[in-house]
Parts: sequence; structure tokens; C-alpha cells
Amino acid sequence: MSVVRRIGLALLAPALAIGVALVISAIVIALIGEDPLAAFQVMTDLGDTPAQQVQSIVVILNRAVPLFLSGLAVSVAFRMGLFNIGVEGQYRLATILAAAVGAAVTLPGPLHVLLIIAVAVVVGAIWAGIVGVLKVTRGVSEVISSIMLNFIALGLASYLLTGPLRGSGEGASIVTTTPIAESGWFPGLNGLLTGLGLAEPRTELYGFLVVAIVVGVAIAVLIKRTRFGFDLRATGLSPSAAAASGVDARRMVIRTMLLSGAIAGLIGMPDLLGDTHQFGTEFTAGLGFLGIAVALLGRNSPLGIAFAALLFAFLDRAALPLQFADIPSSVVTIIQGTIVLAVVIANEIARRLALRSAERAGAAATAPPPPDGGGGGGGTSPDDGPDGGFQNRAGQAQGAQA
Amino acid sequence: MSTVSTPSAVARPRGPLLSRLTGGGRRRQVLWLVAGIFVLVSAVRVISGEEALTSSSTFAAALLLAVPIGLAALGGLFSERAGVVNIGLEGMMILGTWGAGWAGYQWGWGGAVVGGVVFGLAGGLLHAIATVTFGVDHVVSGVAINILAAGIVRFLSELIFIDNPAGGGAAQSPRLSSRPPDFSLPVLSSGPDLLGKLEDLQWFLISDLAGLLRGLTSDVGVLTVVAVLMIPGSYLLLWRTAFGLRLRSCGENPAAADSLGVPVYRLKYVAVLISGALAGLGGVFLVFVANIYREGQTAGRGFIGLAALIFGNWRPGGLAAGAGLFGFADGLQLRSRTAVVALLLLVAVVLVAVAVYQARRRNVVPAVLALVFGAAALVGFLTIDELPPGIVFFTPHLTTLLVLSLASQRLRPPKADGLVYRRGEH
Repeated sequence: MSVVRRIGLALLAPALAIGVALVISAIVIALIGEDPLAAFQVMTDLGDTPAQQVQSIVVILNRAVPLFLSGLAVSVAFRMGLFNIGVEGQYRLATILAAAVGAAVTLPGPLHVLLIIAVAVVVGAIWAGIVGVLKVTRGVSEVISSIMLNFIALGLASYLLTGPLRGSGEGASIVTTTPIAESGWFPGLNGLLTGLGLAEPRTELYGFLVVAIVVGVAIAVLIKRTRFGFDLRATGLSPSAAAASGVDARRMVIRTMLLSGAIAGLIGMPDLLGDTHQFGTEFTAGLGFLGIAVALLGRNSPLGIAFAALLFAFLDRAALPLQFADIPSSVVTIIQGTIVLAVVIANEIARRLALRSAERAGAAATAPPPPDGGGGGGGTSPDDGPDGGFQNRAGQAQGAQA
Repeated sequence: MSTVSTPSAVARPRGPLLSRLTGGGRRRQVLWLVAGIFVLVSAVRVISGEEALTSSSTFAAALLLAVPIGLAALGGLFSERAGVVNIGLEGMMILGTWGAGWAGYQWGWGGAVVGGVVFGLAGGLLHAIATVTFGVDHVVSGVAINILAAGIVRFLSELIFIDNPAGGGAAQSPRLSSRPPDFSLPVLSSGPDLLGKLEDLQWFLISDLAGLLRGLTSDVGVLTVVAVLMIPGSYLLLWRTAFGLRLRSCGENPAAADSLGVPVYRLKYVAVLISGALAGLGGVFLVFVANIYREGQTAGRGFIGLAALIFGNWRPGGLAAGAGLFGFADGLQLRSRTAVVALLLLVAVVLVAVAVYQARRRNVVPAVLALVFGAAALVGFLTIDELPPGIVFFTPHLTTLLVLSLASQRLRPPKADGLVYRRGEH
């Protein structure tokens, strides 16, 4: 009963949010004189032939992999009540430096790929680490410093691309770094698809999908099953209680930011190693900001983030068909933005419902004996730190049910 | 058992010379600091020979760029003084630019002002509904509004500006049909232009001062004056009226305010709405500068406004200084890429001063760090001729970060800033 209720409540908020977002989007589409049903049909139509459908699914998966990593990077910090808004800058800077290092050396296959990934991870971690160090030593809010570092990283990346790391010739319309040699490419998974008896898609399915799944599982284990993860969640739920039980909050901030930045460094890797093999002005942008949305939608759990990433990738894929159908493709962005806003509001409502039912259960349990028994922590009042906000409450909602 | 904390207006004892100079309390200290910095900048101008550093055109550009940042910061002031953190300023500013572009090409500059304010207001309303009514975390709601705003303006542009006979496209509006009026101060900055002549002499300090005054008084938009007047106006409203006291009490201790009959929810709504309107007005000014709406026009100025607010310790005067500083950095990088290099000398001097100060207080690590970075800045000044555009672009953001990391520890935000207030849950 309790388990069913808990799952129901966990699913209620996202489902409600997506429903509300669809209704609002339908209204918007109707307002501009288009048929909402026709638009939704265009968005959900993956193609007529099996080959087209497989192709569409590969496009969605390829988009979902970086979104998933981005959401994961944001969520690790969120869990501790830290807002890492600088994921965008972290992955851009990490990707261009990794691309440059990858192009500069030639190593045997797996080593080459590993080196590129290692560079990206280290650069991402360092860039995020600055935020942590500034917060701990100088008391600078991580929200502001990570936003400023975003701009600095974007400026640095554009300087590096047009200056020292420029690989394309003068006068080329798209500026890029030198391409990475083939030993530094990540093998695709199309062999697996054809092995399963599916039609061969035109685009290669990123092999990085496997890495992303491994990272997701590793983070889930790290958060749920280790001392570090426990300290992290404890600090997120109640900084004062964690500090009282011996958690070094300052060290936790820096370690969490390093971890978040390391994951952020991976975001550009699927596209770099699996498709473009060079960093350029056309390289996928905006993944860091979408990651915040994905993390919110996925309620900071790796599995939830995976679903959220798939949903966002699915919506992104619909942009092109919408354009063909003469409907502004920015409808997709509006749906995404509305989903995020709706999901945070729905989360809040779900939390309050959970709290109320827990309080009722607690009151019922403690009614006969004197009220000092404490009904499973049901009566805890939400006393949050200034930043801990969202995660605190989501966590309390779950904690109150347990 | 809460004790009332007294403001730290009591001057701490320093050296005999310093205490004589700064004897007048905090206000006098700030005045000396500003004057000192100006003399320093002037000296750097003479040494480096970069006239753009204190030319009237740089100061004019700085004022032009400081106004949107200052308006965003002012918006943040209202909202955060009422206890609502507003990361969504950037999004509200984006909405404001679009509203100004859309209304401006049809009804001129007056329409642009109204359009921008109304669109910003709509963004503020959304933030208020999410944070005050539904109790969503403030940063989360703000981030969502930023994402949503970018999508909305793109969508509206695709809908209205593409195939528009007046011009424009998916990323920009048609030109505004009229420009806002501006004026120059007679005699000093127009006609005989005394300040201009003084500026051309390139005397130490005097010409710099003339450049500053001329930049602030020639071709100034009427709306700029209104915007500047809003700073003391906000001070009077927030610190000298009953409304202001009640609004600030919502940001310090909403439960206590509620128990005294202050309508906390309503005041928070009002504050966030004002916040959105001011951010939108900031967007209007950006549109006036370019005379057109362009996508990405805000370039993070809403965030810089937020940083200016924090830098200014959540006070109108402080945020104005912050906005001026960032406006100056921004104006300088637009005017001259070589002049930015001269800033490195300034940074070097300041860092060496910090190093000496820290060394005297026996803080070895900060002193060494400051000295190392100061030396690096000096080397940079001596070896670099011109910074590449990618680097120059983030001068204001780097300045923000440096200033915040030097000043953050002395700041005092409103006590209940960012906390979700639910009646009866506290």
C-alpha cells in the first residue's frame, strides 16, 4: 500500500506536469491558427517504413545521451542543495580542450579515446571546482559565480577556437579545430541494431550510450550506497544536522562540485567522439541549460533523468518535421519550458499532499499514546537552508512516506 | 530570544592617519575609496597613454550600458528585499526587449516603453505565481523562467516578424519608428563645449574629470535621467515609507510581519511584479541602444544586474555603484580593445595593495596569492598589445567575479531571502 502510494505520488507530479504542458502548448498552437492535434501527430510520427522509424529512434537516442549526462551533472549538485548553473561553460571548455588534445596526439585506439575523455573530465572538474573553492573560501554564491564562469568559458572557448586551436583554413565559413585521427573515434552500435534484426539506420548510434548508462549506474550506486553519497544527501536535506554529525561541509561542497564538473565534462563527448570528431562553431550548444530542466523533470534520480532526457530528445527531434509542416519549431522550446515550470509546481503540490497524508497518518498513529511518540517523522516542519530548497522538500516528501 | 543587531556604523580604530581621513564614518570612507580609485585610473591613463580609458565617449557608453544593468539590479532589489530571489531577471529582461521591439516598430519609443514594461511584468507575474502562491524554490522557478522566456520570444518572432512588411526576421524585429529624445547640458557639453576642450588637453586628473562629466551630460536620453532618478526614488520608497518598511519586513521575518497584520503574500506579489517591470524596462533600454530588437541582446545583463545587487549589499546606492562599475567595464571593451589591457595595470596595483594589506595582517597565503596574480597582471600589461575579442568579451563578467570574491564576506542579504514562506508552517 505504502509502496504503491509512494510510486503513485512520484509519478503523479511529472504526469500532471506533462499533461498541463500539453494543454498549454495546444492552446498556443490553436492561437496561431494551426490544428493542435495535427501538430501533435506530426511530432509523434516517427516515419512510415521500419527503416525510417529506426532512424528516428537512433536520432532520439543520440540526442538523449548528452542530455542525460547533463541532467546527471546538474542533479549531483542539486542533491546537496548546490545549483550548478555553469554546466554549459564546463562542457564547452572541456570539449574544445579535449578535441585539441585528441587532435594533437595519436595513440593506439582505446588509449586515444581514454585520453580524450580524461582531458574532458579533468577540465570540467577544474572549472566547476573554481565555483566550489570560491563558495567555500570567499563565500561567493555558486549561482552567481557559475553563471559568470559560463560567460568566461564561452569567451575562452571562442578565443581558443579562432586563435591558437584553429584547425580550419582562413576564410572557411565554419571555424573548427583540427579533426581527431580515426584511432580516437568511439565505435558506434549500429552492428548491434542490425544484429537484432532491425533495419540499418543512416546515422550511427553513439557507442557512448553504453558509457552513459555505466556512469548513470555508478552515480546511482555512489549516491545511494556509499558513505560519500550518504554525506551528500544528508547535507542536502539538513546542512546543520549533517555538520553536527561530523560531515565537513566545506570539503563536501568542493568534492561535489568536482564530481558534477567531471560529469559535465563528458557531455560533449558523444557528439565529439561519435560524430563530428572536431569542435567547431556549429558544435551542439545549450545542453547545459537543458540539463537543468532535465534534472528537474527527472526529480534528481538517475532513472528519472534518463526518462526526462528521452522525452526532451523526442521533443527536439520533432522540431524538423514541425518546420516541414509550417508550424514554428520553437513550439518545442515552449513545450519544454512549460513542462519544467509545470513540473516544479506539480512537485511542490505533490510534496504538500504527501506531507499532509503523512501528518494525518502520524496523528492517527500517535493519537492513543501521549504525543511524544513521533509518527515516523511525519510532523517535521520544513526548515530549509537558503539554497537547499527544492531538493530538501522533495527529499522530505519521500522521507515522510518511509 | 532574538536580539536586535545594531548596524556596524561605528568606525573601527585603524592607524592614526587613516582614522583622521576616514573619521566621518562609512560614508566618508566610501567617498575616499571612490576618489582614490579615480586618481588611480587617471594615473593609469597617463602611464599607459590609453585615452579611451577616461574619454567622454567611454563614460557615455558606460552610462548607456550601466542603466540596463542598474534597472535589472533595482528590480532584484525590490524582489529580494521582499524575500524572493529572482534569478529570472534575465528572462524578464529578454521578454522586455521583445516587447519593446514589437511595440516600438508600431508605436514609436513611447509604445516601446509600455510594451517592454508589460512583457517584463508578465514574467514577474509568472515568478510570483510559482514562488509565492505555489511555494516553488525561487532559483528553480527563475531558471525555468529564463528557459521559457527564450522560447517564447523565439516563437513570437517566428510568428510575427517573419514575412513582416516592416522588416525583421526570426531573430530580430523591424526598426523602431522613433527614437527617444535626448539632450546635452548647455555651455558645458554643447555650444562652447567647455568640458570637451578641457578633456582634449589631456591633463592628469583634470581632463579625466572633464571626460567623466562630459560623458555623463552630453546626449543623455531623457529616460536615462528618469532611470537614474529611480535609484534615490527606490531608496525613499523602501526606507522612508510605511510601504517600504512592510515590504522589507517580508524579506527579513515574514512570520513576524504576518503576525503584525502585514499582507505578506500580497506585498511579495507587488514586489516581484515591480521587479519584473523594472527588468523589462532594462530590456527597453537595450533596444533603444540598438534601435532594434535582436535575439540574445541581453547577453546575460540580467545576471550581471543580480551580481551588481549582491555587490551593492542589497542597497540602492551600492547597486548603482556596482552597475556603474560593470557598465564601465562593458563600455570600455566596446570602445577599445587596447584600453582593456590598461585595466591590467589597474588590477596589478590593486592586487599589490591587497597583498601589502594582507601581509601586514599576517595572512600569508592570501598575500602571496594576491602578489602572484598582481605580478601576472603586470606582466600581462607589459607584454600584451591587444586582447583578442573572445577574451575582451568577458571583461565585465570577470570583473564581477573578482569583485564578488573580494567583497562577498562583508555582505548581509535580507534574512529570509530565498526562503519559501507558507503561512502557518513556520
